Amino acid sequence: MKRFLPLMVTFFIGIIVISSEFIPHKPFSSINAGLENWFLIISGFAILLGQISLIKVNSNKVYIKAENWQYYLIGLISFGVMVLCGILWGTQDANGILGSHVDLSKWLGSKPFVYLFDNVYQHLSSTMFALLAFFIASAAYRAFIMRSFESNLLMIAAVVVMLGRTTIGTSFTAWLPQGWRFLHLPDVANFVMNYPTNAAQRAIMISAALGIVGSSLRILLGIERSYLGGGD
Amino acid sequence: MSTPKTSKPIDRRYIFLILLIGVALPLIFPLGFKSEVSDISRQVYQLIENTPENSIMLMSFDYDPATNTELQPMAKAIIEHAFRRNHKIIAVALWPQGVQMADQAFEYILEKYPDKKYGIDYVNMGFKTGGMVTIQAMGRNIKDVLPKDTKNTPFEEIELLRNVRNYKQIAYVISLSAGDPGLKQYVMAAHDMYKVKVSGGTTAVSTPGFIPYINDQNQLYGLLGGLKGAAEYESMIKVKGTATSGMDAQSVAHILIILFIVMGNIRAFKDKNQKA
Repeated sequence: MKRFLPLMVTFFIGIIVISSEFIPHKPFSSINAGLENWFLIISGFAILLGQISLIKVNSNKVYIKAENWQYYLIGLISFGVMVLCGILWGTQDANGILGSHVDLSKWLGSKPFVYLFDNVYQHLSSTMFALLAFFIASAAYRAFIMRSFESNLLMIAAVVVMLGRTTIGTSFTAWLPQGWRFLHLPDVANFVMNYPTNAAQRAIMISAALGIVGSSLRILLGIERSYLGGGD
Repeated sequence: MSTPKTSKPIDRRYIFLILLIGVALPLIFPLGFKSEVSDISRQVYQLIENTPENSIMLMSFDYDPATNTELQPMAKAIIEHAFRRNHKIIAVALWPQGVQMADQAFEYILEKYPDKKYGIDYVNMGFKTGGMVTIQAMGRNIKDVLPKDTKNTPFEEIELLRNVRNYKQIAYVISLSAGDPGLKQYVMAAHDMYKVKVSGGTTAVSTPGFIPYINDQNQLYGLLGGLKGAAEYESMIKVKGTATSGMDAQSVAHILIILFIVMGNIRAFKDKNQKA
């Protein structure tokens, strides 16, 4: 019963949702609307679950003094400070339990939550993403080596697209006469993006979609049961 | 037995330093090269340009500060264009930090358009969890999904939303997306199910994945791809924003990466010859 009931719920809900796509009339449409609302409510709880999980995992690492435990502690403190600022003084427009605290906001230039978001979180987050450029440059030097026909092809395509997507690359071939326009770097880059890349992307998307259909059917029919936990 | 000698690779710290200088210099001393406008960027522009005045658009901020550099200039340029065309903007966010990104973009543009009023010309309905199901549910009734804005004003008290029930009253949807949920879900739910026009922008790295949606069925009305897409849009609306200035730095970074690839290959070629 412990397994049979969830399998039945999954099967019936799945059949109702699929049916409502093909029969957009009552009762399927109204049941589907109710299910959508359920999903939105459950999604809200998922955020709460994520926060509890974050506290639990990080606290544990600090408690057992795992390697680099100081970073987990900083993570926990940062999380706590942001949550407290939001609860006490509110976010952008919403007031917190202490109101909007005009004096503090005047001193900082904005509410503490917004101040931290604008001046700390935003810059740290952008910096982390920007660091990728440095790693890509280093990896390009070490790993992007011509070893086979396929790697040569990949490299030529990559260089053409990279040059075609730059303003400097555009100026390299801007002098070409109209008749030779097909060799203009942005046009060549667009050709690579619109035809070979597009064809490969479509193939990947269709394959992935078929895979999703297959795995969804396996879940609905109870063949795939790993989401219930346990071994089978 | 002696092992064949291989050349020593450049210390990665030098690569980092060269890249840092290469990116910083064009930001301080702009090169001023111009970006050519691609067809897919022009389609986004034409969608907004050809939509009648006073139309309502839904703008979804589906990104966080990590992709601020690429997507925020798009947001600013699109809002500016929409305001010029007197379009009304309903801002939503499928990513939690999208709310702040929307606020920042509006704040920036309002300095140029101080006559635009909150609640009449634009509104920020905040973050909603649920991804594709949220988009799907908005097709039935937006009020059910977004009952209040970020200022806690009830839906029915916001003048801009007085006649808005679902996607039928929305002229087009723009999603600026850094991943899932985002533009792909708007194509699948808002366009494919409710036939509303969908367009948007993505980071450069995810642009190729969206090009198949720009097809004869107009699943996607054009696309702004990365910083270049944002720079192209700025040039179309004749604004010199952060994307235009950032393109010089990105161009130099691309050229440097190509040079590093060439150097790496020369080294590999030399090593191969020495081994032989």
